[in-house]
Amino acid sequence: MSDAIVSIRNVTKAFPGGVTAVDNVSLDIAQNEFFALLGPSGCGKTTLRRMISGLETPTSGQIVIGGEDMAFTPPNKRPTNMVFQSYAVFPHMTVEQNVGYGLKVTGVATDEIRRRVGEALDMVKLTALAARKPDQMSGGQRQRVALARALVKRPKVLLLDEPLSALDAKLRDDMRMELTRLQETVGITFIIVTHDQDEALSMASRIAVMDKGAVQQVATPAELYEHPRSRFVADFIGKVNLIDARVHRQIGRKIDCELKGVGRMELASDGLVGGQVAVAVRPEKLKIAIAEPASAIRVQGRVRDVAYYGDTSHVVIEAADGLDLSVNVQNDTRLGGSGVERGQTVWVHWAPEDSIVLTE
Amino acid sequence: MAARLKPGQGPLDYGSRLWLRLLFAAIFFVLYAPIITLVAFSFNTDKRGVVWRGFTLDNYARAWNNASLIEALTNSLVIAVIATVFATVLGALTALLMWRFRFPLKGAYEGFMALPIVIPEICMGVALLLFFVNSGMMEFFVHMPWPLNLGNIIFAHVTFCFPFVAVVVRSRLVGFNRQLEEASKDLGASEWQTFWSIIVPFMKPGLIAGALLAFTLSLDDFVITFFTSGPETVTFPVKVYSLVRRGVSPEINAASTVLIVITVVATVLAMKLQAPPRADKG
Repeated sequence: MSDAIVSIRNVTKAFPGGVTAVDNVSLDIAQNEFFALLGPSGCGKTTLRRMISGLETPTSGQIVIGGEDMAFTPPNKRPTNMVFQSYAVFPHMTVEQNVGYGLKVTGVATDEIRRRVGEALDMVKLTALAARKPDQMSGGQRQRVALARALVKRPKVLLLDEPLSALDAKLRDDMRMELTRLQETVGITFIIVTHDQDEALSMASRIAVMDKGAVQQVATPAELYEHPRSRFVADFIGKVNLIDARVHRQIGRKIDCELKGVGRMELASDGLVGGQVAVAVRPEKLKIAIAEPASAIRVQGRVRDVAYYGDTSHVVIEAADGLDLSVNVQNDTRLGGSGVERGQTVWVHWAPEDSIVLTE
Repeated sequence: MAARLKPGQGPLDYGSRLWLRLLFAAIFFVLYAPIITLVAFSFNTDKRGVVWRGFTLDNYARAWNNASLIEALTNSLVIAVIATVFATVLGALTALLMWRFRFPLKGAYEGFMALPIVIPEICMGVALLLFFVNSGMMEFFVHMPWPLNLGNIIFAHVTFCFPFVAVVVRSRLVGFNRQLEEASKDLGASEWQTFWSIIVPFMKPGLIAGALLAFTLSLDDFVITFFTSGPETVTFPVKVYSLVRRGVSPEINAASTVLIVITVVATVLAMKLQAPPRADKG
């Protein structure tokens, strides 16, 4: 990508003691992008974040920010700013002083500091609280201070560490919309670092899924969800039924395979197929029928569990060969509910094109 | 039928039980009666200060006019102020070193650093005296003009005061959120700016508490001062001791009361500032 604002090239970070936290990662993050680094704890996303902001140096590789290799540039000389998970708002300063701090230490004139702090506070709607100390504020307000404090520096890249994790459910929704709005207004590249797939899926325009120090897949949220490239990605993003399958032969762009507990069928697959693959199907793509359906893929089973979530019910169906299938049923009528009960024998069916063949 | 508790008899309502209140009163009496007596008799008109004859402030006036007593008090205050400044800086730096860095034998260093807190004062006194005499420092400082002739005592006071400051500041630093430091650097501050505008303000309550602790320790130290002062220099506690040997006079009561007030005020301030901060972890 030619307009990349952050370009991570073959970056490896090995800590003394033999832990390789980040293993030969290459990533391009474009200007104005809302990018997410997503992965389970210990996947290396935090180390990568610290290397982008300069709090850690890579063992090898380049970190190009705005066209300049900054792998060994100290954090105070980088055009990146960070919103910490704990917010890290300075407790002995007022909101105004917190927001102005980054300008003051770099020698910006007092008048300009006042003007820019005013603008930043306006942007995050904290003007009324400018004289407060952090201990008189709620978590959500403190996060806004941290946000204003970073944005006032006009960085090229804003890093956000688990921005929604410490907020309660209602505030989460507000903040998510707020962040999306801010990103569109200020036109700065946002990089969020998170282990929470909802956070990444709902905000980011592109997501890099990381595991064991390596990037597993970089794609848009919809692509990650509907076209995961590996079992890890399919399993980590959303819920999924992973069914083991044995491949008999390849017919053009299709494979002839035997799904454990389901039966033999032909499925679309591009990759070179080995003997064993996994077939992934999302729970909401599965349908339940009482009478035998006409669908090409169908399997009979017994309802083992029904969990009611209000808008949906999560049904677990026990099929042959120890295969458990999770089905999400929309409770789309008030009186119908999920329409099945525990112990009932039902049919589960789905369209062949909703199956994802995973080779790795 | 199960026994029923009356109001005030709950398991955590100990404070309202009579026998416990009496015990508290007795303990406080034993602890504070001597001090209260000392303060009360500083207002006594009786010359020998044994029987209560009437209220007066003369003793304070006489203590004030006793040149040698005032000289001793001045010495004590000068020593305490200078020793506090040095002990605070040294203690704060030690605390930072221990909090911030990892180095070989850190555990051993930490132990040795705290030694002056636990070592018997008499040993410290003798050790310092031997050190001053053998290194020639005693000879060097004793003949200097005032206040340089207090050099040895100040040196000794810094030695036993700074570990207290270090311990207090170190325990304050444990609560420091390292992300504050990272945030400061991320926002463009250098190491030096971060230290002065983020770390020092955070340490401040610890610094003040440590300094006040050092001040009170230095002000009323007797043993170490007795050993390390030259033949000419006298501090307040040493002076009081020499006066008491010739009989207790109400003057000493008055002077001691002043010292008690200074110490108590400093201690109360120190405790206030050492109180754990509320929700200001950032």
